Amino acid sequence: MFKEFAQGLWITFKHLSPKYRTTVEYPKQRLQPSERFRGLHRLVLQHDREKCVGCYLCPTVCPAKCITVETAENDKGEKYPKVYKIDLLRCIFCGYCVEACPVEAIEMTGNYELANYKREDFEFTKERLLK
Amino acid sequence: MTPELLSLSNAPGMFVAVMLVKILAVFGVVMLMIAYATWVERKLIGHMQTRLGPTMTGPCGLLQPIADGLKLFFKEDIIPAQASKLSFVLAPMMMVVPALVTVAIIPFGRDITLLGYIIPMQIADLNVGVLFILAMAGLGVYGVVLAGWSSNSKYALLGGIRSTAQVISYELAAGMVIVAIFMLSGTLSMRGLVEAQQGPLWGITSLPAWIHNWYIFSQPLAFGIFVICSLAEINRTPFDLPEAETELVSGFATEYSSMKYALFFMAEYANMIVLSAVISTLFLGGWDGPFWGALNLFIKVVGFMMFFMWIRATWPRVRYDQLMFLGWKIFIPLAMLNIVVTALLILL
Repeated sequence: MFKEFAQGLWITFKHLSPKYRTTVEYPKQRLQPSERFRGLHRLVLQHDREKCVGCYLCPTVCPAKCITVETAENDKGEKYPKVYKIDLLRCIFCGYCVEACPVEAIEMTGNYELANYKREDFEFTKERLLK
Repeated sequence: MTPELLSLSNAPGMFVAVMLVKILAVFGVVMLMIAYATWVERKLIGHMQTRLGPTMTGPCGLLQPIADGLKLFFKEDIIPAQASKLSFVLAPMMMVVPALVTVAIIPFGRDITLLGYIIPMQIADLNVGVLFILAMAGLGVYGVVLAGWSSNSKYALLGGIRSTAQVISYELAAGMVIVAIFMLSGTLSMRGLVEAQQGPLWGITSLPAWIHNWYIFSQPLAFGIFVICSLAEINRTPFDLPEAETELVSGFATEYSSMKYALFFMAEYANMIVLSAVISTLFLGGWDGPFWGALNLFIKVVGFMMFFMWIRATWPRVRYDQLMFLGWKIFIPLAMLNIVVTALLILL
């Protein structure tokens, strides 16, 4: 019995040493998220406009129904998304939109600091997603 | 002129002044220790659990006790509608005061001679010192019981009742175990106890000069039992049943908020400091040691407190039946055996 007591005390004593420390002091020290991390979305730019061709595959596949797309035609006769909105409050960061996109126009970044003060600020429009 | 003991009859003005200085100094040190004991506890347990403890307030979180105090001070003071008001308010004070009063009889250094008078480094030298400690420890429990009862909450009541049962069982063992100490020293006064521990250890003179016949060497069993019983008496892990978070929310302190809650915390740490000091005085020669008087006592007290925190970081809480089993069926018989064996050895 006393041996077990001592063993327990020894374990906690050993953990005093700095090599067991696992805490990352977050705001001062940030971890690099992995390449495949699914953070905030980004619309990919090609030349002067977004790559998106307005095929509606992403709002179709989206399980949380958080993507709104409205398309139009520009003067060259190309289809483009006039409105492209992601409601981050509904988004579950599953990455299906990225998988579904036939032209790789949407991808996910490593940005995970998405807290905000107002509900409206969670609505990411095309302009914000292109940045 | 040979220096005589400073008393109220031979130099009243100086006596009062010296007394005030001593009281303020001891009170200040104890209060600071209480504040920083919380910091040390959080840091130490944090590191033992591979966390960091407080880091954001000041360097290494050193201002954390002040921040905690300020926060609790500005919190709303809630008294439950169905609570018994007077005893609800009285309970936290009844816990803090006995804890702080006990410090008065701890000797913290060699006597000093000033202006032809001997000034004892102790606030009051009671000839029933240890009895006084036991009495105050018993009185402190009233605070817990009263808090539990007056809150009018089932968790608080359960906490209070557990505390009564626990303290009755462990006070007995603790009291009996120190009987063996009195048999060796022949005195109940704390000052006398320290003096009795200053002879050479087992008559061996080749040891370093500061190793004296502290009672831990002649009474190791009594020391062990007393330390464990002290843990139970101050409601520390593994005997923290009165405030078992997992079962009783926060036990007797469930309904308390603001400064009243802070008083409970202060009482817990004050009790810890006082009991560490008492154990040091009874078993480790008090202020006796290689350094300057009060520093020895300080090191011993801090050592014990860190040991208690270490235990808290390591062991789970005992079950209620285990607690009772340990108290009544193991410690009390062992304490009695210890008395008998000590008596026989003294007689021989």
